[in-house]
Amino acid sequence: MPETPNSPPANPRVGLFVTCLVDVYRPTVGFASLSLLEKAGCRVEVPEAQTCCGQPSWNSGDRAGTQAVAKQLIAAFEDFDYVVAPSGSCGGMIRYYPDVFDGEPAWKARAEALAAKTFEITSFLTDVMGWDGIEASYDDTVTYHDSCSGLRQMKVKGQPRHLLSKVKGVELTEMDRPEECCGFGGTFCVKYGEVSDRMVTDKTTDIEKTGAGTMLAGEVGCLLNMAGKAKRRGQRTKYRHVTEVLAGMTDTPAIGEER
Amino acid sequence: MNATSLQFKENAHRAIEDEKLKKALGTMKVGFREKRAAAVAKLPEFEELRDAGRDLKNHVLENLDHYLTVFEARVKEQGGHVHWCRDAEEARQTVLKICRDKGARTVTKGKSMIAEEIALNHFLEEKGIAPIETDLGEYIIQLRHEPPSHIIAPAIHVSKEAVADIFRETHKQYAADRPLSEPRQLLDEARDVLRGQFIEADVGITGANMLIAETGSTVIVTNEGNGDLTQLLPKTHVVLASIEKVVPTLDDACTILRLLARSATGQEMSSYTTFSTGPRRADDRDGPEEFHVVLIDNGRSGMLGTEFQEMLRCIRCAACMNHCPVYGAVGGHAYGWVYPGPMGSVLTPALIGIENSAPLPNASTLCGKCEEVCPMRIPLPRMLRHWREKEFERHLPPARVRQAFRFYAWIATRPKLWRWYTAAAARTLSIWGGKRGRIKSLPMAKPWTDARDMPAPEGETFMQRYKRQQKAGGKAA
Repeated sequence: MPETPNSPPANPRVGLFVTCLVDVYRPTVGFASLSLLEKAGCRVEVPEAQTCCGQPSWNSGDRAGTQAVAKQLIAAFEDFDYVVAPSGSCGGMIRYYPDVFDGEPAWKARAEALAAKTFEITSFLTDVMGWDGIEASYDDTVTYHDSCSGLRQMKVKGQPRHLLSKVKGVELTEMDRPEECCGFGGTFCVKYGEVSDRMVTDKTTDIEKTGAGTMLAGEVGCLLNMAGKAKRRGQRTKYRHVTEVLAGMTDTPAIGEER
Repeated sequence: MNATSLQFKENAHRAIEDEKLKKALGTMKVGFREKRAAAVAKLPEFEELRDAGRDLKNHVLENLDHYLTVFEARVKEQGGHVHWCRDAEEARQTVLKICRDKGARTVTKGKSMIAEEIALNHFLEEKGIAPIETDLGEYIIQLRHEPPSHIIAPAIHVSKEAVADIFRETHKQYAADRPLSEPRQLLDEARDVLRGQFIEADVGITGANMLIAETGSTVIVTNEGNGDLTQLLPKTHVVLASIEKVVPTLDDACTILRLLARSATGQEMSSYTTFSTGPRRADDRDGPEEFHVVLIDNGRSGMLGTEFQEMLRCIRCAACMNHCPVYGAVGGHAYGWVYPGPMGSVLTPALIGIENSAPLPNASTLCGKCEEVCPMRIPLPRMLRHWREKEFERHLPPARVRQAFRFYAWIATRPKLWRWYTAAAARTLSIWGGKRGRIKSLPMAKPWTDARDMPAPEGETFMQRYKRQQKAGGKAA
């Protein structure tokens, strides 16, 4: 686990790792992240050479493929003070990079350096920047799903809830088992579609039971899975990435909503 | 037992269709999880105990030969016998020889996963010796001719109505119209049947939760008392144990005992924790005349020194499966061999070969809950991933899957091409989603859209919009 520096530079240079799912599916999350980081005092850049973190290869056992993708990302981001992603699993993947380069000491060292300064966005804002100057309002009851990699690998639990408490109008109501996996799991949801379906059915049942108007999470993959299931079941809950609410960028229709 | 792990998907399909199983798993999940959480909350030093447990077993695994030979010497000093068995066949033959030497017709059995692993019951039956399971859950599944679906609650998948049915079918000695709707009635009937078996059995076979090198003792942890009757009443007691069960001292055993019941059933201690040290002594009031320990490797030593060594820390508490969302969805039989859930998905490939269990390490979202609750801090998700790597290296995934990953890695290292490709995908899917904002059916992602809609992308990618705004000199979205 990388150490959190006691005092970050006042205006750190942050590389925003947009992540491929945000890039393709939910650009709003990228802009919301950019806006939050800037409000927190960061100088944010979006390196053009970024693509994907390599999770699909890594979780499928393709080490060589992962190394190729990881080298690309390390080179794109290693000059920044910090790397921040609106995702616990993509940020978490970068934290795994040192393992990816077992037996390649030169790259391993670069991977370690990058892993130590890579963060999920809500934990970065709170734990590293010590910032919670949210100026948004969102008039709804919300519930929050703790995505697995964020929760267990990146230790994201209280941070998004704390930031949400600063949003005017938001009322948080917890679901039963907020830490239970939604069944997305990257390629798992297509490899074991039926098992994944059972899991996301249980999840969306728990979500609907809260009566919350909006379900928030910090991971677009999980959100696509849960929102897609909720829509298929005819549920009315809106699904959004937590940064959209924190940055006040909720004009875009919610995930899977009519537009 | 013939593994059906390769048919995980089909097994899971059957399990998911089974409404009774769904109900049973729902109750089980909540019960085990809440009890564990409550027990852990009451013990402030639980996390330190986990560290101690991990360190202790790591030390044992680094010195396994030493502790096993010390254990053997202590058992022999006390008049017991130790049998070293390389594999399941040697273990079965060893048990058979002991039984035949005693002229055994029936053997009672305490709950033992290693006995399941070496498929002992089936083998003894073939040789004309009747094995009688005495743990209630094991007894039920023995009557139903099923393997266990959980390592500490083997009949968790069986409803009490189904237990009543099999009891009526089997226990013809009782009145056909007797009431069997209450668990207590079922328990009393099983007890009545088994009581006679305990007394008649020639040999009692138990497993072992631990072997203690310093004293030559074997330990069983149970809640029904059947294990004690199994090992005390017959003239011969046979302990089956895999080699990684050894711990150096009684103190070490206590460290593990403090972790085990809390992690398993949420108890501080199980109802019975029984230490067996050699056969009956002259001044003992009871106990077996002969005491045998069958030490079984069956693939464990092959895990030493590999990335799977840490799996040998497992104390079989079942916390991983109790908390696993995949186990909770499909139950234990779907895994197709003896050990289900996350620990099974790591251990099974090591014991029966990854080529016979390839789906298991993949049937996980790597959510990490198992590692979070494992009392021995076994990095289960990391090891599942290691197995996936072995599969990839050995070309076990189909060629088209491997090609897809090769293509992904190729394009992900070419940012310009990636930009073009992702922009095209975002635009196409967005158009497809139309005003509705979601897609009902996507041929290339059928397993997804069979169960759920695919939310449509916004349209442009982030990178397209960002670049456009940068050019225009604007900042906000």
